Amino acid sequence: MNTLYPSFLTALELVAGLDPALWSIVRRSLAVSATACALSFGAGLALGAWLGVARFRGRGVVLVLLNTLLALPSVVVGLLVYLLLSRSGPLGWLGWLFSFQAMVLAQAVLVLPVVTALTRQTVEDAERAYGEQLQSLGAGRLLRSLLLAWDTRLALFTVLVAAFGRAISEVGAVMIVGGNVDGFTRVMTTAIALETSKGDLPLALALGMVLLAVVLALHGSVALLQRWAVRRDAAAGAAALTLATGAAA
Amino acid sequence: MSPAHAAGAPLLALAGAGVRFGRLQALAGVDLQVHAGERIALIGANGSGKSTLLRVLHGLQPLSAGKLACAAPHRQAMLFQRPYLLRASTQTNVALGLWLRGHAWREARARALTALARVGLEALAHQNGRTLSGGQQQRVALARVWALQAQLLLLDEPTSSLDPHAKREVEALIAQLADPGAVQTGAAQAGTAPVTTVFSSHNLGQVKRLATRVLYLEQGRVLADLPVHDFFNGPLPQAARLFVKGETL
Repeated sequence: MNTLYPSFLTALELVAGLDPALWSIVRRSLAVSATACALSFGAGLALGAWLGVARFRGRGVVLVLLNTLLALPSVVVGLLVYLLLSRSGPLGWLGWLFSFQAMVLAQAVLVLPVVTALTRQTVEDAERAYGEQLQSLGAGRLLRSLLLAWDTRLALFTVLVAAFGRAISEVGAVMIVGGNVDGFTRVMTTAIALETSKGDLPLALALGMVLLAVVLALHGSVALLQRWAVRRDAAAGAAALTLATGAAA
Repeated sequence: MSPAHAAGAPLLALAGAGVRFGRLQALAGVDLQVHAGERIALIGANGSGKSTLLRVLHGLQPLSAGKLACAAPHRQAMLFQRPYLLRASTQTNVALGLWLRGHAWREARARALTALARVGLEALAHQNGRTLSGGQQQRVALARVWALQAQLLLLDEPTSSLDPHAKREVEALIAQLADPGAVQTGAAQAGTAPVTTVFSSHNLGQVKRLATRVLYLEQGRVLADLPVHDFFNGPLPQAARLFVKGETL
């Protein structure tokens, strides 16, 4: 209790003073999570959209497995990726263990089920409501999955943000496959864990504040985007009615 | 009961058609021939099988029993109660239908403009389709099926979700499509061939105005199949008579 206030003040000074050590960790964290999300979003979007419209034997089992993977502990992902990348593992020849690439791979594996499952649910809801109309126009399953994914892009942007939030806030996977090497693989969450154990609370608090600010900024931007879209649609609708009324008159 | 049909091969012929959803028999023993130039109204209470019959005719619902024969090659399209427009311009929405049927995108967009002019919405060609009113959206959907130059148009309660003004507008457009010779509203209709229509409706006034033949369905069975004049003036099975009078058994 007695260390909280001074630690908090020092943390604010570190953030405001653009402390080089702190901001290098922040930059690395953002780079790892953004790269992992870009990779998993591409694959997860395609797979989820296809699962949203595809009907095949065993689909129910696939969906149960997919939803189970949503609760996959990050340390388990870290362990699996570690085994894959370790010297004796099938991908050991890549030499990625304790590197930026290893952390990207671990986070991509971690968020892929999130992107896939949420995209599948979004596209499947749209398919249930409108798929038949697209089908009546001549769109096959693949084309429907693409059209519906494109049409629900605002909702899928929320999925992307949720995936990024999951990636940047996890600690177990990057700790195991990255090794928390100072200046190379130390990211915000692993640094917070380390500095807290060392008793360097100001740096841990400063990183925590930045982490929260990043997540807050992302979700805030989604809220603003959705609000903007609603307002734009309302304005466009009113304009269309005015135009139509004018034309009728 | 069945009316005397026009000579020639029917566009579509259903024989002993049945559809079952689990324990629910949605259609049972339906025989129906749709001839060119007919305007067939499907009436009946909610759940009587009207929408299922339309979906069967358009190939969206597989039959559990009986068969659907397409005796004469033709183009057909379907209009739904709540049309689905993509979050894109109305021109893109109309062009999409053409593109899905194999037209080049540039040509499809040009033809979409003509179709939008046909329904009086050319001024809204660049408007996001999702921001239009219900009546405008249904007119865009009509433009989409008109652009396809369908010879058979299936309409599932096309005006039931619209306000009285929009209902009149959409009904007038359907009347123009179905029987362009009877509605002289401008040069746009000159030389346009009539479109065979099968539509479901709860509006008996609309049925009198648009239909040449009426099918009354109850619990998936066709209880009456008569020319429109005979349906409203001749003897009917008790269930159909009570339905027309606004009563129930």
